[in-house]
Amino acid sequence: MRGESMTKINLNMITQRSIEEGAAMEKGKTNPDYFDACSIIEMNPGDMKKAGIWVNTNVKVTSECGTVIVKCINATQFCPPGLCHIRQGVWANQVVPPRTQSTGTPQYSGFPVTVEPAADEKRRTALQLVQGAVGLWKEGAN
Amino acid sequence: MPKLITQVGCPYCGSSCDDIEVLVSDDNKKILEVHNACIIGTNLFFHANDPTRPKLPRQRQPDGSMKEISYEEAIDWTAKTMLAAKKPLIYGFGSTNCEGMSAVARIAEKSGAVLDNCATICHGPSFLAMFDNGYPSCTLGEAKNRADVVVFWGCNPMHAHPRHTSRYSIFPRGYFTQKGQMQRTILSIDPRQTDTAKLADIHLMLDQGHDYELFDAFRTVLRGYDIPDVVAGIKKETIVKSVEIMKKARFCMIFFGMGCTHTDGRNHNIDAAISLTRDLNTHTKCSIMAMRGHYNIAGPGQVWSWIFGFPYCIDLSKGTHAHMNPGETSSIDLAMRDEVDCFVNVGTDAGAHFPIQAVQHLKKHPFITIDPNFNMASEIADLHIPVRIAGVDEPGVVYRMDNVPIQFKAVIEGLPGVPSDEELFDMVYERMCELTNSQPVWLAAKEDRKHPSNISAVNEA
Repeated sequence: MRGESMTKINLNMITQRSIEEGAAMEKGKTNPDYFDACSIIEMNPGDMKKAGIWVNTNVKVTSECGTVIVKCINATQFCPPGLCHIRQGVWANQVVPPRTQSTGTPQYSGFPVTVEPAADEKRRTALQLVQGAVGLWKEGAN
Repeated sequence: MPKLITQVGCPYCGSSCDDIEVLVSDDNKKILEVHNACIIGTNLFFHANDPTRPKLPRQRQPDGSMKEISYEEAIDWTAKTMLAAKKPLIYGFGSTNCEGMSAVARIAEKSGAVLDNCATICHGPSFLAMFDNGYPSCTLGEAKNRADVVVFWGCNPMHAHPRHTSRYSIFPRGYFTQKGQMQRTILSIDPRQTDTAKLADIHLMLDQGHDYELFDAFRTVLRGYDIPDVVAGIKKETIVKSVEIMKKARFCMIFFGMGCTHTDGRNHNIDAAISLTRDLNTHTKCSIMAMRGHYNIAGPGQVWSWIFGFPYCIDLSKGTHAHMNPGETSSIDLAMRDEVDCFVNVGTDAGAHFPIQAVQHLKKHPFITIDPNFNMASEIADLHIPVRIAGVDEPGVVYRMDNVPIQFKAVIEGLPGVPSDEELFDMVYERMCELTNSQPVWLAAKEDRKHPSNISAVNEA
């Protein structure tokens, strides 16, 4: 068998709290800790192998309503095959669908995404993503 | 000489720990040590020391930069913008005290706003299920003293409520649970092997999004009927064994969280959970509780229920009565349908925690953020007004996740000139009254603090 083929994998995404996220958030959302804690994705090692994703490299996550670049880390809490998790926060919310099933609560958990290797792409900072989404981001201003 | 302040409440998660000790400098301006709190609470208290905390409101300029302005200007701009809007949306209140929630109600009524809190993207579906099916709940004290079977369904307190397990649910020794963890059987229902699941005696690793089926299977087994060999990815034997454990409990406690409310089914998952609780009460004692996320997110549910009759998604734009219909009057849906023309973000961060498309819709109109710190919502806002931090430099009443009110203390002096949420809202309300040529109406309960002349005027009227 030759080396990993570059492919995509379809997964079911959930976004939930983690203590790393909470601890970093209370230091401030522009703190580097928050970037490190939240701009990551966790999935099953088997799924990483299937998609040709190496640990600690960047991946591109695409949902029905957006894309985001995050780093794929070794899962801190075991994910079964088919499931992936981005910690609640700015990066997760780039791909969370705002549909609410008429309850007011968006689909934060259980929505389809495509994950593919993107080792050469860079993760964006929280400010870059949020200010960028509303046309306020200025390169070099922050 | 530094002072040790004891019995301090922690303004982070829904556990609302009230056994924190904080060592403050002798001038009451700096937090030196935090004892007993988890890492998140510790970081929160120390963040208040940050010398870069904003001390003045900042308004966005035409070139996109932010410029500091006075509180008078900020209050004037807020009052005018909200009055000019046809349907402003006031959202947030995850991290403020009940006094602030009560004060904002006057502004909401005056400006014909929609008043919503973080429950709308969190435990909103739980509210819907409670309206439909009741809420056979108890206090965390009862859980600690009585529960010998604890079920964590779609929640991960080891991460979201770090001291919940040690104060209330797994480890503590209670009146009837003197052996602590040894005496408790823990069930965890979660699609991932979370750190809470690792503490459980049985972890039911269900297929994500299939909570409703599993609840239904539990109820079916409990009522003595057969179920398929596998339900939601869980083997029949495991389900039967789990139901048997719950049935034989002396007191079974079910905690549920975002795993149920954020996924397919929403309120129907909670509906099934409440029905399961009711069914279990024919065999033993069973109680259920929502794992509320913030230290006072049960607060707006309480405060606004007694003011308006509804806990969240309160549409006051009709001017005659309050109207609540989640899906229609909920923040995300209003944003996505472009039905609001001004957004006020209070004590939360919609910029980081709303799906980004909802943020883009809201940003089409004036965007005001009221928050002690810099966050995503403040960095995209047209106006950012800093306030004191409830539970750190502002005291107040908070409601814990079991709806028990607790008086929180201030441990340090607030930044000079920076008002509390309540004071800020009162000033905005007064300015609104000036602009509309009307008399402010203050509650009699405010007598000791504000406008006694107005109270007598209202009483006479």
